[in-house]
Amino acid sequence: MIQLPAGFHLRRDTLARSVVVRRSWPVFLDLCVAGLLLACFYAVVQIARYWNSTPRTDFAISLSPHALPMYAFFSIVRIGFAYLLSLAFALIYGYIAAYTPRLEGLMLACLDILQSIPVLSFLPGVMLAMVALVPGHQLGIEMGAIILIFTGQAWNIAYSFYASLKAIPRELTEAARIYNFSPIQRFFHLELPFATIGLIWNSMVSVAGGWFFLMACEMFILGSRDFRLPGLGSYLQTAAANGDFRAITYGLLTMIAIIVATDQLLWRPLIAWSDKFKFEQTESSNRVSSPLLHLLQHSTAISHLRQRTLRPVSEFFYRTSYKRRAIQHQQPASDSTVQKVLRYVAAGLFIGIVLFAATHAIVLLREVQPRQIGMIFLGAGATFLRVFAALLIGSAWTIPAGVAIGLHPRLARIAQPLAQIAASVPATAVFPVLLVAIVKAGGGLGIGSIALMLLGTQWYILFNVIAGAIAIPSDLREVGRLFRFSTVEKWKVIILPSIFPYLITGLVTASGGAWNASIVAEYFRLKNQTLSTFGLGAQISAATDAGQFPVLLWATIVMALIVVTINRLLWRPIYRIAETRYKLSA
Amino acid sequence: MQPAIIRAERVEKYYSQPSENRIQVISPTDLSIVQGEIIALLGPSGSGKSTLLRMLTGLSTPSAGQVYWHEAPIQSANVNVSIVFQSFALFPWLTVLENIEAPLKARGVDAATRRKRSLKILDTVGLDGFQAAYPKELSGGMRQRVGFARALVVEPEVLFMDEPFSALDVLTAENLRSELLELWHKRTIPTKSIFIVTHNIEEAVLLADRIIVLGRNPGHIRTDFRVNLAHPRDRKAAAFTQLVDYIYKVLTQPEAPAPALPNINGRRVRDQREMKYQMLPHARPGGIAGLLEFLLDHGGKSDIYRLADDLAFEIDDLLPIVEAASILKFLTVTEGDAAITALGTEYANAEILRQKEIFREAAVKNVLLLRQIVRALQSKSDHTVPEDFFHDTLDEVFSEEETVRQLETAINWGRYAEIFDFDSTRRRFTLPESALAEPESTFADAPEVEEEEKDKQETGL
Ligand SMILES: Nc1ncnc2c1ncn2[C@@H]1O[C@H](COP(=O)(O)OP(=O)(O)OP(=O)(O)O)[C@@H](O)[C@H]1O
Ligand SMILES: [Mg+2]
Repeated sequence: MIQLPAGFHLRRDTLARSVVVRRSWPVFLDLCVAGLLLACFYAVVQIARYWNSTPRTDFAISLSPHALPMYAFFSIVRIGFAYLLSLAFALIYGYIAAYTPRLEGLMLACLDILQSIPVLSFLPGVMLAMVALVPGHQLGIEMGAIILIFTGQAWNIAYSFYASLKAIPRELTEAARIYNFSPIQRFFHLELPFATIGLIWNSMVSVAGGWFFLMACEMFILGSRDFRLPGLGSYLQTAAANGDFRAITYGLLTMIAIIVATDQLLWRPLIAWSDKFKFEQTESSNRVSSPLLHLLQHSTAISHLRQRTLRPVSEFFYRTSYKRRAIQHQQPASDSTVQKVLRYVAAGLFIGIVLFAATHAIVLLREVQPRQIGMIFLGAGATFLRVFAALLIGSAWTIPAGVAIGLHPRLARIAQPLAQIAASVPATAVFPVLLVAIVKAGGGLGIGSIALMLLGTQWYILFNVIAGAIAIPSDLREVGRLFRFSTVEKWKVIILPSIFPYLITGLVTASGGAWNASIVAEYFRLKNQTLSTFGLGAQISAATDAGQFPVLLWATIVMALIVVTINRLLWRPIYRIAETRYKLSA
Repeated sequence: MQPAIIRAERVEKYYSQPSENRIQVISPTDLSIVQGEIIALLGPSGSGKSTLLRMLTGLSTPSAGQVYWHEAPIQSANVNVSIVFQSFALFPWLTVLENIEAPLKARGVDAATRRKRSLKILDTVGLDGFQAAYPKELSGGMRQRVGFARALVVEPEVLFMDEPFSALDVLTAENLRSELLELWHKRTIPTKSIFIVTHNIEEAVLLADRIIVLGRNPGHIRTDFRVNLAHPRDRKAAAFTQLVDYIYKVLTQPEAPAPALPNINGRRVRDQREMKYQMLPHARPGGIAGLLEFLLDHGGKSDIYRLADDLAFEIDDLLPIVEAASILKFLTVTEGDAAITALGTEYANAEILRQKEIFREAAVKNVLLLRQIVRALQSKSDHTVPEDFFHDTLDEVFSEEETVRQLETAINWGRYAEIFDFDSTRRRFTLPESALAEPESTFADAPEVEEEEKDKQETGL
């Protein structure tokens, strides 16, 4: 017989124990999952009870820290619903645009313009419509806020989905066709997976933008009516108005906690999960990891759940769609005249409605006096200067800082996470606080509005400059060292040309954001007094307050036109130059 | 004669251009696929092999003519074919097993049967044990095995392959090829016919029972013949090499006779060979010089097939360079042999400045597009012309993609020979300073009037 080694028993013991631990692990995971489900249930009940309550326009916002978790929760739900709405819209819109050649051009142009329209000018119309639609419930105001946030979130997601659909490699599409995939199978096997990564990154951007608008629209005045929604935004506004610094601190801390939590609990798992959708030939080495994703993927409860629910449903779909197609094969070409007529009628109806609304809007526009129109254009000039100043100041500090961070990995390790947190705090949350400070220091909204624009948009520039600086090839930097370039020469010959395309990308986004921010920045209600400064944004806000819809429409159109024109006439040509002349990669 | 599984009757394909012109890619072609044969389709790049394959599978609809599946129009038929793609076309987010199950899902096969059939086919292609892996974890050869498995799992009547081995290294390709032949000869797979598009002449002769060679501009069948060699075929056998040589000759003599083009629906379809512009092969001047020097070192004359072998070039990479050199009259091609001309010898032996001069003269004399650019530059007072100007005229003749490539090649040649400068940010041609100083002497050779006359005749009014 073979003699067993001395330590064998011990080894077996430890081995056995590790097996036990591993076995009990899934139970623990299941408990976690059950906890999560219970929490979700409680949340749904809370929301339902609140939405069914009658609207209380005189909602008193409590500044007690105990009220904060509930407020934060309400804000998150609002953002969540708006995001889901945006996602659904984006998928449908992108799909139609990509697969309907006749509408493609029009739908893309729409996206382009909708992206540059100042969302906040829709606030009064949307609110009034929603309150009228669901009278007697808090739900009406909530829906207004959600739709408003939606209009700020949907477009870039839609565009991303459309672009992904268009970029699907031809051979994959052909494989789907040669194997007779049904539209459903094509969607889940090919189109959605291919678009996933783009959708996730754009969702992150959209949700961050959503916070910006949420903070602004949780508390506002429309004519004689004072709309308030319980939430983090109204909490912060109230706290700033009362000068309650303890409450402000709590509010901001909650805000940061939410943002960090979203990042850890939502985006990181999603990004880690989306790794498998990367369309690449080799496996990448540096992946994002997420404990939460691990939990979800290894929980037996969840896999059972999938086995019982998703599987049978998808099987059923595949089988029925196959059967339906088999039947269609026997009686082909049912694209009858009835369908054609229906399509024309639908198109005609749509065009009719658009024409009707457009003519009414034009009638509305004619109510505005020439003098007022002149003021609008003057205001546009003032806001233009402010946007310009904000971009200038933003560039002045972000370019050196960004280049320093990008070129020094050690600095980057400390500064980048900090900058990311700072950037993700919505500017509108900080603004009331900042404004109080500026007013106390003797400044006015003239400076304040530039500060808010800066607050919201400098990060776009910073992050792009960092990306540009990181992308400078090391041999190029070595050339600089070799020829003993002076600092000025180094900037002129190497750094500025290298970061130029990135800088432009950052400036384009920042400029659009600054215009939009002007609506909140140039006109602000603090306690019972209204601060305002001359500008297009202030005109939009004032018109909203006073319910002057013709002026509101005029100002909105002017702002949208300015943003679109600047994009087309200024940024695009510059960008093209940047792409061709200064692009480093071959 | 056997009834055809797929029969193409006078199929044509043209792509419409923005400028209302249509570019014909495939001229009227008849082709049948019958049971029990492997067909190989050969032809130069851009001759329309993939286009033809896609029409035969029903993926793309012919612009004219009809494809029949068991004598019923293919659009309304319940077609049972598969395609193996050059790029594998696997879904990277699905595991190997899920990839193979996907076509079965589309056919409404239930889960248990699906699994059983997929595992069986995985076994057949030698991928046992890899069902849970993702495609990106596999090597290229393994991925193409998955591609085969996915194609075979639906038991297609005809298996189509578009350059299935091109993306693989030589040994892997050889291996897969022989395994495929084994499956086919042992009737392990119920597939009745295989249609393979390839670039590789030896591959075609190794596999096929029937070889079709396509010519281009527009795509048409040059030859279509049966290969009656017994399997397994020996690459060194005389019959084998003779066949390979014959196909090389067909491929390297693009001027061999081709059928005349008819009028379709009373509309004249533009034959690409009638166009004013010759198609510039996408070769770099450096490559041309290199080829000529090499040729000179080998006695000034060589078989193109040998040349490719000696240079370790794919024949497809070499042909454009040969074609470019022959357009410039640096060499002549007869019966698959390339022979250097006196001008070519001078060019190969000259030092760099003189080389540019020779190239410039030859290019301006022989290449219409370059000649037009020079003429346009000289006739403008500011000696600069936007690229778009030529883009628009070329657009009428070439596809969008080809137009861009033509201009790219012309710019490449023109810059090298200092015929003109090109400002790539403003996308404009400009006359170089040297030419501005003495425009007449530099380009005096351009035989303007005579060529213009000829162009007019060629466009054939
Ligand atoms: N969608 C399209 N629009 C316009 N032209 C096209 C289109 N698809 C193909 N072509 C043109 O048709 C011609 C034939 O293309 P095809 O892909 O069939 O050639 P091929 O023989 O398969 O070439 P390769 O060996 O490079 O795969 C090419 O000149 C190509 O530019
Ligand atoms: Mg091809």
